[in-house]
Amino acid sequence: MNKRPLSFYFLAAFFGLFVLFLYGPMIAIFMLSLQGPDGTLTFPMRGFSFYWLGQVFQEQRVGSFVEAFQRSLILGIGVLLLSLIVSVMAGLAFRARFRGATFLFYLTISSLIVPSVLVSLGIGIAFQVLGLETNWFSSGLGAHLTWTVPFAFLIVLGVFNRFNPSYEEAARDLGANDTKTFWEVVFPLIAPSLIGVGLLSFTLSYDEFTRTSLVSGQDNTLPLEVFGMTTNVTSPALYALGTLTTLFSFTMIVIAFIGFQMFSKRQQQ
Amino acid sequence: MYKTWKGVQPYLLATPQTLVFLLFLIFPILMIGLVSFWEFNGYTMVPGFTLSNYADVFTEVSLRTYLNTFKYVVLVWFFCLAIAFPVSYFLAFHIQNQKLQIILFLICTVPFWTSNIIRMISWIPVLGKEGLINSLLLNLNLVEQPVEWLLYSDFAVVLGMVHLYNFFMIAPIFNSMMRIDRNLITAAEDMGASGFQILKEVILPLTAPGIAIGSIFVVTLVMGEFITVRLMGGGQSASVGKLIQTQIGSLQYPLAAANAVVLLIVTLFLVAGILRVVDIRKEL
Repeated sequence: MNKRPLSFYFLAAFFGLFVLFLYGPMIAIFMLSLQGPDGTLTFPMRGFSFYWLGQVFQEQRVGSFVEAFQRSLILGIGVLLLSLIVSVMAGLAFRARFRGATFLFYLTISSLIVPSVLVSLGIGIAFQVLGLETNWFSSGLGAHLTWTVPFAFLIVLGVFNRFNPSYEEAARDLGANDTKTFWEVVFPLIAPSLIGVGLLSFTLSYDEFTRTSLVSGQDNTLPLEVFGMTTNVTSPALYALGTLTTLFSFTMIVIAFIGFQMFSKRQQQ
Repeated sequence: MYKTWKGVQPYLLATPQTLVFLLFLIFPILMIGLVSFWEFNGYTMVPGFTLSNYADVFTEVSLRTYLNTFKYVVLVWFFCLAIAFPVSYFLAFHIQNQKLQIILFLICTVPFWTSNIIRMISWIPVLGKEGLINSLLLNLNLVEQPVEWLLYSDFAVVLGMVHLYNFFMIAPIFNSMMRIDRNLITAAEDMGASGFQILKEVILPLTAPGIAIGSIFVVTLVMGEFITVRLMGGGQSASVGKLIQTQIGSLQYPLAAANAVVLLIVTLFLVAGILRVVDIRKEL
């Protein structure tokens, strides 16, 4: 093996600092959320306990966190399912030529380029002009889809680009119809990638703030609830809440990763 | 019968996605355009036609807000690029073990999957008046008084945004670099090019599309940004996004809409400018 050039060590150090920059603050709040009951918002740590993690579930401390969490969870699952269905259908359409394909492609991409605050304001105004009530499960859902579907669609396009059509042709030659070919041949092959798409859609929705901010209606999603707390909660309960939601996100990543591994393994057999 | 079905099928499959964007993107933006000409009677918006909302956008106060937003855009873009390029370069060209490469890349992306708001809150114990940095500086006797401008300042806003959005720069640049044919670099080495020449003449041009895609993401994210400005900025920090949000807070929808239209046009110009410099079609 070659001797490593000096630039390697220099860049490695830079990379290390970058990782510290990314994770340092997060680790700080993890630690601070494990303080004793007289903990404050800053170091040094005052005692060690799970007191503040428990406080998150006490309504008087931080408001109705559990309900907001449930809403975000349901919304995330809805967004996940819809993003998958919509983007896989569009991905299938893009494998054939059709008029308007370029238009739909740029329309989808443009959704990523339009500043989020416009989507939120626009949907808010549209609902108001039409005399509809905004709600996290109607206008909020729509706002989330404008953010998750483009990512899902781009990944699905990439997946189909690498997809070998001869499997489908074989299935058709054996007499399978379109539906059967999709569910028994195409779907199992793309399923591992779809787990990634699903995870991305879910977490983008679960953490989304700007696009939801003006259209969630009466009831807040979790990020909106947390945002509200930043102004009036001045105890480590705020950090504890941050720790819990971050751990939840990590759990989702791990579950998706295990699912991906399991599917890939089954495919190889 | 089968043939017509084959012809119609892609249209049916593409319909849901088209509907999502027509209903929740195009129609709302058209409504913003319409409402930006409406009047505001003190408590609600009334249909009508007036240009006074746009006149308000071009007053000195709001022009200064736009300038301040550009300042954030330029600074955040610069620092994201200054971080993302070396980090991606390190991952793509210095790490030979593929498994390690994937793991290190994932380490860079995991924070992106967690809540932006939590990530910003987590700067409080680090940057605050009694935070880690200040206690370190005080202990080393580098300063007499805690440094105040670390949090709730323009510095904190830029830092927060770089922290949130560097992922959008790293992912496309890393992707571009991974696609570079390693034989090109070997060929350049054989012809006697120095490390710096390879970087400038081979890697940089081939990474340009990735840089462009990352830049488009960062620029559009920062242009409409308001939570970071709210949470990390002081009273002085202003951005167009925050301005729009404040106007909505006081129910001045027509005014907010006019600002949104101008914001959209400015953003599209910036994106068009980036696309003129770099051709990204190969990447799509």
